Amino acid sequence: MLELCQRIKKWHREVGENLHIGVLALQGDYAEHINMLQSNNADVSEIRLPSQLDDVDGLIIPGGESTTIVQLIDIYDFRTKLVEMASEGFPIWGTCAGMIVMARELTDHRPAPLNLMNIKVSRNAFGRQIDSFEEDLTIKGIEGKFPAVFIRAPIVVENDSSVDILCSIDKPSGPVAVQQGKLLATSFHPELTNDSRMHEYFLSIVKM
Amino acid sequence: MALKSGSKKVSSDKTNTGTWKVKAGLAQMLKGGVIMDVVTSEQAKIAEDAGACAVMALERVPSDIRKDGGVARMSDPSMIAGIIDAVTIPVMAKARIGHFVEAQILEEMGVDYIDESEVLTPADENNHINKHNFKVPFVCGCRDLGEALRRIGEGAAMIRTKGEAGTGNVVEAVRHARSVLGEVKRIQTMDATELMSLARDLKAPYELIRGIHDNGKLPVVNFSAGGIASPADAALMMQIGVEGVFVGSGIFKSENPDVMAKAIVKATTHYNDPEMLVEISKGLGSSMPGLDVRTMPEDQKMAQRGW
Repeated sequence: MLELCQRIKKWHREVGENLHIGVLALQGDYAEHINMLQSNNADVSEIRLPSQLDDVDGLIIPGGESTTIVQLIDIYDFRTKLVEMASEGFPIWGTCAGMIVMARELTDHRPAPLNLMNIKVSRNAFGRQIDSFEEDLTIKGIEGKFPAVFIRAPIVVENDSSVDILCSIDKPSGPVAVQQGKLLATSFHPELTNDSRMHEYFLSIVKM
Repeated sequence: MALKSGSKKVSSDKTNTGTWKVKAGLAQMLKGGVIMDVVTSEQAKIAEDAGACAVMALERVPSDIRKDGGVARMSDPSMIAGIIDAVTIPVMAKARIGHFVEAQILEEMGVDYIDESEVLTPADENNHINKHNFKVPFVCGCRDLGEALRRIGEGAAMIRTKGEAGTGNVVEAVRHARSVLGEVKRIQTMDATELMSLARDLKAPYELIRGIHDNGKLPVVNFSAGGIASPADAALMMQIGVEGVFVGSGIFKSENPDVMAKAIVKATTHYNDPEMLVEISKGLGSSMPGLDVRTMPEDQKMAQRGW
């Protein structure tokens, strides 16, 4: 069934229809992702139940509170389905809390991440809210600097060779943008800026 | 990395901190969520496990402040520090209106958001805190758009409609949210020429009114507070158009706080789905006891504190 869905979606893309992206709308700044995607000519759906995933070509897990989002993921049975879809090449991008959700493991004892990517992640790695910051970054695949907004942000502390590091920063040092196949995770929030290049990058992954 | 409370923990050497973008941005991360009042670290853990997107640390919930009377001040820092240590979600705490030293203390402790709150006894009846002076973001209450924009003008990075705290009665929350959101809609239909006289009438900064006219929305996130006591109340406020809810006495003054907390979190996500709301509302036990706001003497209304 899942495979058939994927084949139909691929065919839609080949005949030039708009990409249809889902944004997980359990909690967090999903509206900002939706605005950004719509201004890049994607069709967008808010995803609140697992059955709604069947209609979309890719998924964004937004910023928000990771404990809240994981809680709601489990209450509404997203876990098994997302793990299965990710393993079959379904494109997913997590920003901030989304990176935490996609990790294999956390340095914390909670919440229990979905283990979609081979990364170990430290939550609130830069400190509390007063330590939240902005920094212009050089990111592989993006020309020039990218304005990154870090809010109580996580960082990748371990990854295996299947993970491509798109960007790292210093002090504390570690990757803040990583990709593994069609899975993408960023510590920062491109959806809070006026710069849509990371969203265009994700759409190019979905189109592949 | 463990976060230490009781001191300003700076674990990185980043310089571009405390910007408007990161202050308003944290509120954007809270959207679609429930912020719960907690008075102990045990309650904070229950709130976190139930899916709260943040907790508000305070010594007494509003319904007890109402009952006890007297002057209500900032909570004991050691109590707030205990809650900061107990959870990994953002911790908010309240300072009195105009009491910038209470705010300095909360910022120094590493609180993630300060609520300059009418639930505490005001310290200055003319001036609110100049919130631009702080790296920590502030949320402030409002009853109408003019009040919201005055607070944003002073640097608030998030707004909540006041409602009437500690009553378990949603009527004032509805009145204030309808007032703010109705004004936002009205501004969009106005001619740009009319905006200065509107700024005069609302006693609000012209630039912010101009921004609403051009962008069609408030410049910061807007939550609802004051009187939400059931999942249906939370969904009501979300359908009216707020972006998340504060629940004070409504959780830990209900019969089953843990069950009520989870249900309100779910209702805030599925606010637009009556079929889901049926299931969410079943078997919760009784909500907190409520108060009729109409028979309440004016001087007991917290919402009229601040201007």
